[in-house]
Formats: sequence, structure tokens, C-alpha cells
Amino acid sequence: MNTDIAIDARHVGKIYGTGASAVTALGDVSISIKKGEFFTLLGPSGCGKTTLLRCIAGFETPTKGSIHLSGTDITYDPPYQRPVNTVFQSYALFPHLTVAQNVAFGLKMRGASSADVARAVDRVLALVKLEDFANRLPQQLSGGQQQRVALARALAPEPQVLLLDEPLSALDLKLRKEMQSELKRLQSETGITFIFVTHDQEEALTMSDRIGVMSAGALLQVGTPHDIYDRPATRFVADFIGETNFLNGTVEGDQVRIGTGDLLAVPLDGETGAVTLAIRPEQVSVTSAPAELSGKIIDATYMGTDTHYTIELKDGSPLVARIQSNSTGAFGVGDAVGVAIDARAVQVLKS
Amino acid sequence: MSTPETKRKAPRSKGVNGWLLSAPALILLLVAASGPLLIVAFYSVLEKGDYSGVRWVLSGEGWFRVLFEKDIFDQTISLADANLSIFWRSIKLSVATTIITFGFGLPTAWFIATRPAKSRAFWLFLITIPFWTNLLIRTFAIMEVIRNQGILNTFLIHFGLISEPIQILYTDTAVLIGMTYVYLPLMVLPLYAAIDRFDFRLIEAGYDLYASRWQVLRGVILPIIKPGIVAGSILVFIPSLGAYVTPRVLGGGKNMMIGNFIELQFGQGQNWPLGAALSTLLLLVVLVSLIVYTRASSKDNSNG
Repeated sequence: MNTDIAIDARHVGKIYGTGASAVTALGDVSISIKKGEFFTLLGPSGCGKTTLLRCIAGFETPTKGSIHLSGTDITYDPPYQRPVNTVFQSYALFPHLTVAQNVAFGLKMRGASSADVARAVDRVLALVKLEDFANRLPQQLSGGQQQRVALARALAPEPQVLLLDEPLSALDLKLRKEMQSELKRLQSETGITFIFVTHDQEEALTMSDRIGVMSAGALLQVGTPHDIYDRPATRFVADFIGETNFLNGTVEGDQVRIGTGDLLAVPLDGETGAVTLAIRPEQVSVTSAPAELSGKIIDATYMGTDTHYTIELKDGSPLVARIQSNSTGAFGVGDAVGVAIDARAVQVLKS
Repeated sequence: MSTPETKRKAPRSKGVNGWLLSAPALILLLVAASGPLLIVAFYSVLEKGDYSGVRWVLSGEGWFRVLFEKDIFDQTISLADANLSIFWRSIKLSVATTIITFGFGLPTAWFIATRPAKSRAFWLFLITIPFWTNLLIRTFAIMEVIRNQGILNTFLIHFGLISEPIQILYTDTAVLIGMTYVYLPLMVLPLYAAIDRFDFRLIEAGYDLYASRWQVLRGVILPIIKPGIVAGSILVFIPSLGAYVTPRVLGGGKNMMIGNFIELQFGQGQNWPLGAALSTLLLLVVLVSLIVYTRASSKDNSNG
């Protein structure tokens, strides 16, 4: 038994309803989350990430598979017997209790002595910088402060794993950025395993140690933010994380022939036949001189530091390039340009 | 820029208008609500008439007779046990009715509030159906169910669960069954209103924070729906205390409640001052219990 693993989900599946109306929320997901890790489940809404989180919290029982916490099977334990706490998307603070009473709730229910509860409440409120708000009611706080109370309440019983269900989605952009770094700080200070659910790929990339990308009830790829961004395993992952151009092509020897008839020397790993090339916009450069590919600019969007050019290649397929605005000089719509692709960075996906 | 003077004037003229506009309602309230009450209170300190009515002489006899009685022959004074037991039975039955309607009302209101939004109106409609029929007719219907040859006893004897009919009619139990039936909707509706506003995600939050089902009910659900519990209890307790038809029909002549006792004084008893004193006392009991109850429940709230 690997003692470094906090949550071990094995072949977890969840089907709602029966017969013809059955809906598969989770297909067959296996995942191991290490102790002390900041792990993010990333995917569009309806991909099953929240269902998986709720199975770990105990609000849902998987229809198949098992979930282990530090080696113990918790699949069928009720939520109040799991040393796992949740920060809810809606915060779900108890409106009839003060901030301090909200934070004390979990410890009290566990039967901690009142001295221990008081000490823990003080410590956790200091951790989220809400010492001065202990006697307020939740409705007297701003959204960001309520968010901190929700965090403090979930952290106070010192769970082995903290589950966060899109906790930042209700905050405005500036507050969200603040809370992102706040969460990272809390995670490293407490050493608790965080499992974070989000549909925001930027949030996932900046905060996580590892990311699991989900779609349609399946786990598509698990890896560090670098792995996921630079080496997406499927077209879905490449498309969902950041912006990506896709060019279809066929393997010819150690090169790929794309729709324009040009050959690109991309890194191949034994692929044959039809493939899809995933090319990030920053890996495309545009020149006024002829280059390996050629095309015509059909759209230019100035974005401050960068300008996004949409280029129509000879076969009509579009390609987006992100160029630093102050580099080689600006191009206009209609300009015929040469296009170069940093072939080493291109990701080859099986079609 | 407006001067301070005009600023002060504007709201004052608005206030005068406000009083003027609400005058009809205020006059109606004063005349129709406070007026009769004052007459009742005044009658309680007058002397009893020869057959009924009052003589226009001030007297403490009415209030004295609430608690004490004088022996007809030797004029010795003793506590009026009969009166006290009627008061005690009324309070006991009203508290019991409130508790039982809460016991039935909470699951009912919860059930309705957790139905899909479309069918909720239908369930609420069902709750209000009893109001469509006269209370007296409904009470006789209950009588038909619980009397010795009634549906309940016939059923139980038929299936051999009992050999002799159970005497329910004309007991406190019958009155309790009747009042619970009559006042249950008054408990369900405010509870439903409170549960309807309840955020069910808080239940998950409770479970997540190590609270068992029972602890979630006590520590999360009940404190949050407390306004509904308070409203429902008041709506059930007050009319129960003054109930007249139900104890009259189901309790028979012997198991009187305050309402019946008061009626007796104005009718057969021919003692209007005692009846008026009893009415005033009932009003005071209700007022005091209301104040105590709402004070206690709001204090609870601030302590969490």
C-alpha cells in the first residue's frame, strides 16, 4: 500500500436513474491523488467533475468502483464519518450562526472540548484574516469575506482532504486573483490535500500541482500544468486548455503532409496514417518574406501586448498566430504573408 | 438647493396625509376591536343582574368568583376547584394540540416544500380544503369516526384487535383529536412558508461538518425555520385556548374548556360579570403567553 496517496478512486462510475432514462455522469474513472497535493479537476460543466467530488465527499454513492482515503475504503461511509470537508460553490454558510459559530460547527459536532474549539476557531480565523469578524453574521459580510468563512469552516476540523467546488466562480476577477494566491498560501501552510474543481483553465494552470482534465464522464489526461499545456493527449484537451489550431494531415515517412500539400517536419512517435496537428498560436510566426507556408491575413485583432492574426492558408483552413505587437511590424487584413511553424513544439494527435 | 425649512416641512405634511388616509381603518379598529373589549372589561366589575345582564353597581364579585366560591348556607369561602380545573384542562389541551400539530405539520410541510414546484400548489390546495366546510359539520364527522359504534371501533372489533369498543368520544382525547384536526392547517402553512425559503444545501454542509441526521435537524434546520414554528404555534395555540365548538361536541357537557365555561355564564349560568371576568382573564393569559413565548424564542436566536 502506497502511503503517499490521500485519495485513491478505482473504476468509479455513477449512473443516475435506470433503464432508458439513465444518465451516465461518470463512466469509469480511476485516479490517485497524493498527500499534500493541489489537485484540480478541470472540465466543462456537465463533465462529471462535480459528481466525482461529491462521491469523494460522500454526498453521492458511486454505482460502481471504490474510493479509498489513505488506504481505507470509504465508498459507503456517510459524509459525517469522513475526515473530508467541502467548500461549497454557494458557500452554504449557516445564516443563523455567527462567523465564529460557523467555523466551530464541525469541531463541536465531532465532540471537541470547548477550549479546543475556541483555540481552533481563533487559529483558523487568523489564517484567513477574519479575526475582527468573529461575531458577525454571514449576511453582514461581503462575498469575498463569506468565501473566507467557508474556507475557515472547512479547514477548522483539520480534514485530511479539502474539497473545493468551484469556490471562486461567484467572485469578480480581481477578488478571484487574490483568492487564488490565498488558496495556494493556505494549502502550503496547512499541508492539507486540496482537490479543486473548476471549469476555468487559467485558474487550473496557475494554481495546481497536477490537473485532471475531464469530459463527458471520463478522465482524459492527468499531469502537471506543463504536461497538459505542452503535451495534450487528445484533441479535446488541446482545445480546452488554451487556444489551439488544428491541422489535419497524413504521415509520410518522418514528415506530415497537411491540406495545403506542404510537408511539416513534426516530431513523430510511431504514428501512421491520418493525424491531427495541434499548434499553439504562439508557435506560429508571420513574415512578409515567403516562408515554409503561405497565406493571407483575413483578420487582425489588437490585444495590447499581442496581436492575433487569423491567416487563411492555401487550402482555406484558418490558422491563428499570436505575435508580439511591437515585433516585426504590423500586418493588415488582406496582406499575403509567409507563415512559419515551430515544428518541434507541434503536438501530433491521432485522428 | 432646498433650505432646511422646506426639508423639514415636506415629511411632516406627508405624515399628516398618512394619518388622514389611515383614519378610517384606525377608527374602525378602535370602535370595532377595542370598544367591545372595553365593554367586556367594564361588565366584569359590575354586579350580576337578577336573571341575566348586569346591575349598574361596581362590584368585585365577578373576579372573586373566578377563583373562589362561597358556600350557599354558611358563606365559607373556598377555592373554585371546578374553575381551576377547566383553566388547567384548556391550557393542557392547547399545549398538547400545538405540540401534536407540530409533530404532524413538520413532516407534511417538509413533504410539500420538497415536491417539484408545479405540484406544490396542488398539495397546498389539498391542505386548505377543510376550510371549505363548516366547522360544526366537520366536527360531527369526527364524532362519527370515533364514537362507540363509529368507523374506528367497528374496524378494530371486526379485525379482532379489541373486543369492547374504546370510549373515545366525550373524553379529553376526543377533544384533542378534534382540535388537532381542525388546527393542523394553521400549523402546516407557516411551516411550509419557512421551509420553502430554506436553503437545502445547508443540510449537506451540516453532514459534511460531521453532524448526524439528528444534529442537522436540531442544529441547522429547526433554528432556521424557527419563525415558521413560532408563527404556527401562535396560530394554533390561541384559537385552541378559546375553542368552543370542538370541546362542546366532542367533549360532551363534562369536559368543558374555557370557551364553553364562558358561554355557560352568559347563558344558563346567568352570571354576566363572571363571564366577562373569565373572558378578560383569557385575553390576559393569551397576551402574557404570547409575550413570554416570543421573548423566549428571540432570545434563543441571539444565543444561537
